[in-house]
Amino acid sequence: MLYRIARRLPSSHSDSLRIIARKEDRAIALVAGLFILLVVPAIAGDYVLSALLIPFLILSIAAIGLNLVMGYAGQASLGTGGFMAVGAYTSYKLATNIPEIPIVLDFFLGGLAAALAGILFGLPSLRLKAFYLAISTLAFQFFAEWLFSKVSWFWNDNASGVVSIPAFDVLGITIEGPRQSYYLVCAIVAIMTLAAVNLMRSHVGRRWMAIRDNETAARLMGISVPAAKLQAFAISSFYCGVAGALWSFVYLKTLGVSSYSIDISFKIIFMIVIGGMGTILGSFIGAAFVLLMPVVLNAVTVALSLPIDTGSVSSLEQIFFGVLVIYFVLVEPRGIMHLLGKLHKKLVSWPLNIGR
Amino acid sequence: MNASEFPTPPLPTPPLPTNDASIRQALVAVQGVSLSFGGNTVLSNVDLNVRSGEIYSIIGPNGAGKTSLLNCINGFYKPTAGRISFDDKDMSRLSVSRLARMGVARTFQNLALFRDLSTIDNLLLGRNLMMKTSFAQAAWYWGATRNEELNHRAAVEETVHLLQLAGVRDATVGRLSYGTQKRIEFGRALASRPKLILLDEPMAGMTQVEKSEMSAFIRTANKLLDVTVILIEHDVGIIMDLSDRIAVLDRGVKIAEGSPRQISTDESVIAAYLGTDH
Ligand SMILES: Nc1ncnc2c1ncn2[C@@H]1O[C@H](COP(=O)(O)OP(=O)(O)OP(=O)(O)O)[C@@H](O)[C@H]1O
Ligand SMILES: [Mg+2]
Repeated sequence: MLYRIARRLPSSHSDSLRIIARKEDRAIALVAGLFILLVVPAIAGDYVLSALLIPFLILSIAAIGLNLVMGYAGQASLGTGGFMAVGAYTSYKLATNIPEIPIVLDFFLGGLAAALAGILFGLPSLRLKAFYLAISTLAFQFFAEWLFSKVSWFWNDNASGVVSIPAFDVLGITIEGPRQSYYLVCAIVAIMTLAAVNLMRSHVGRRWMAIRDNETAARLMGISVPAAKLQAFAISSFYCGVAGALWSFVYLKTLGVSSYSIDISFKIIFMIVIGGMGTILGSFIGAAFVLLMPVVLNAVTVALSLPIDTGSVSSLEQIFFGVLVIYFVLVEPRGIMHLLGKLHKKLVSWPLNIGR
Repeated sequence: MNASEFPTPPLPTPPLPTNDASIRQALVAVQGVSLSFGGNTVLSNVDLNVRSGEIYSIIGPNGAGKTSLLNCINGFYKPTAGRISFDDKDMSRLSVSRLARMGVARTFQNLALFRDLSTIDNLLLGRNLMMKTSFAQAAWYWGATRNEELNHRAAVEETVHLLQLAGVRDATVGRLSYGTQKRIEFGRALASRPKLILLDEPMAGMTQVEKSEMSAFIRTANKLLDVTVILIEHDVGIIMDLSDRIAVLDRGVKIAEGSPRQISTDESVIAAYLGTDH
C-alpha cells in the first residue's frame, strides 16, 4: 500500500522545506516524470503530441505566469495575451534579423521584453485595485493587439499579417518533428516550473502572498509594496512572453496577432481559476482541463452520434466553460487543486479515518 | 500535530537584571505631538517618554486618540506638529518600513494577519527584513536561500515555543480562533526581534483565560527578550497588573501619567475614564 505509513509528519526543518513533503508522493512524482519523458513520446501519436501535449505544455507556462501575478501576488490581469504577443514578436524580430543568437535565447529575450512591458503596464497596480486594475490590463491587451496588427515592422513588412516561422535548430538539432518539439518544450517547462516553485517557497513568494493578503501588514514587515508588485508583474509577464514565443515558434509555426487575442487571455484565466489560484501544479491541471474539455466533448458527441454539428459543439463548449467557471468561483474558489488536496489528506490518514 | 517532533530550541538567557526601568534612558520620546484630520483635532500637544525596557500603557476612552498615537509612532500617520524620536533619532518623518528596520514592530486593534498563509509563514514574514538572499539565489534555492530559510525557521521556532503555537504551526491562520490569531500577530511582531513593540488592544475579544495567558506572554517577551512595550488596553485590571507606567489620554490630551498606583488614585483620571462606563 502506497500510503501505508499513515500520518507521518516531517521530523526536521530541512524535511519540511522539501518541494514534495511525503516520500510516497516523491515516488509518484518520479514515476510521472519518467513516464512523461520516456513513455509518452514512444506511445503517443503525432497528432496527440503536436495538437494536445505541446499546446498543453506551452499554455501551462502562461498559466504559471498568470498564477504568479494573480494567484500569488493578488493582482488581477486580463493582459496575458498581450504579454504573450510581446514575447512572440520580439523573438521573431530577433530570430529573423540576428540569426546569430541561439533560438532558445531569443525566446527568453522575448520573455525579457514582455517583462519590461509588464513593469510598465503594472504601474497602474500601484494605484488601482481589483476591478479597475483588471480594466487597465485589458487596455494593455487591446493596445498590444492594435500595435501588432498595425505596425508591420514587427513582422518584417510582409504583405500578409500572418507570417510563417522559419525552421530553426537547437544545439545543432533541427526542430521539425513533434518529438523534438516535445522534448524542447519539456525542457523549457521543467526549468521554468522549477524556478517558479523555488521562488514561491522562498522569501520572494512570501512577500507576494503578503501583499495579496494584507498590504498594510506587508508594509509593516518592511516589504516595499510597489517594488513587490512590479516584480510580480515582471516575472509573470516573463513567463507569458516565453509561452507566447513558443506558441508561435513551436506550436503554430506561424505568427499572427489573432493568436494572442483576448480569447487566449480568458482561456488562461479559466485555467488558473479551475486548476487552483496560488498553486503551480494547479496551473498544469487547469491547462489540461481547459484544453482537453473540447476534445472530450467532441468525442462524446461523436461516440453518442448526437445530431449536433461542429458549430453547436463549440457553443456547447462555451456554455460548459461558463458554468464551470461560475461553479469554481462560487463554490470552490481554490479550484481542482483544493479538491485533490482534500482527497490526498484522506489517503494519507487512511485507514485511521475510516468511519469518520 | 506534536510539538516534540521538532527540536525545541533553547530559550534565550535573560539579560542581567536591570528591571529598574527608571534608571534607563528614554527609548521613545514624543514631544508636543499634535495630529488633525481636516478640522478634527485627534491629538493635541502630547508628550510621552517611554524608557527602554518598560511596559508603558496608554489608556483612555474610545476615540481618545490612542490608536492614532501608535500610528504616529510607527509611521502610518505624520504628526501635524511636534516630534517623535526613537533611540535619540528623529523619526517623525520616517516611513513605516524604515521604522521596521530600526526595530519597531506592532500589532493592530483589528487583526492584520496574512490570512491565507500558515502560522509559520506569518512568523517568517516577521523576519522578512533579515532575509537577504538575491532573487537569482531564490530562483535556484539550493545553497544560500535554503540555508537562510533553515536558519529563520529555527529562529521562528523559538517564538512558536515561547507563545505555545506548536499546535497550529501549519494551520491557515484565517481559520483559527480570534484569540489564537491575536497571539500569532504578537508572535509575528516578536519574530522580528524588535526593540520596541506597539500592542493595540492585544487582548480585546479574548476570554479571561486567554487574557491572562496573553499577559504572561507579554511579560515574558518583555523580560526575556528585552523588548520595550507600548500597550493599549481597556481591561483596567490587566493594565494595573502589567504596566510599569501608564499614560491617560482623553480627547487627544494626555491628562495623567504615572505608576499604576498613582493613576488609580488620580482624580482627573477617575473623572474622565474610570468613571465612564464602557
Ligand atoms: N485616518 C483618519 N482620518 C480621520 N479621522 C481619523 C483617522 N484616524 C483616526 N481618526 C479619528 O481620530 C479619533 C481618535 O481615533 P483613535 O482610533 O485613535 O481612537 P482610540 O483611542 O484608539 O479609540 P478606541 O478605543 O475606540 O480604539 C477618532 O475620532 C477618529 O475618528
Ligand atoms: Mg484604538
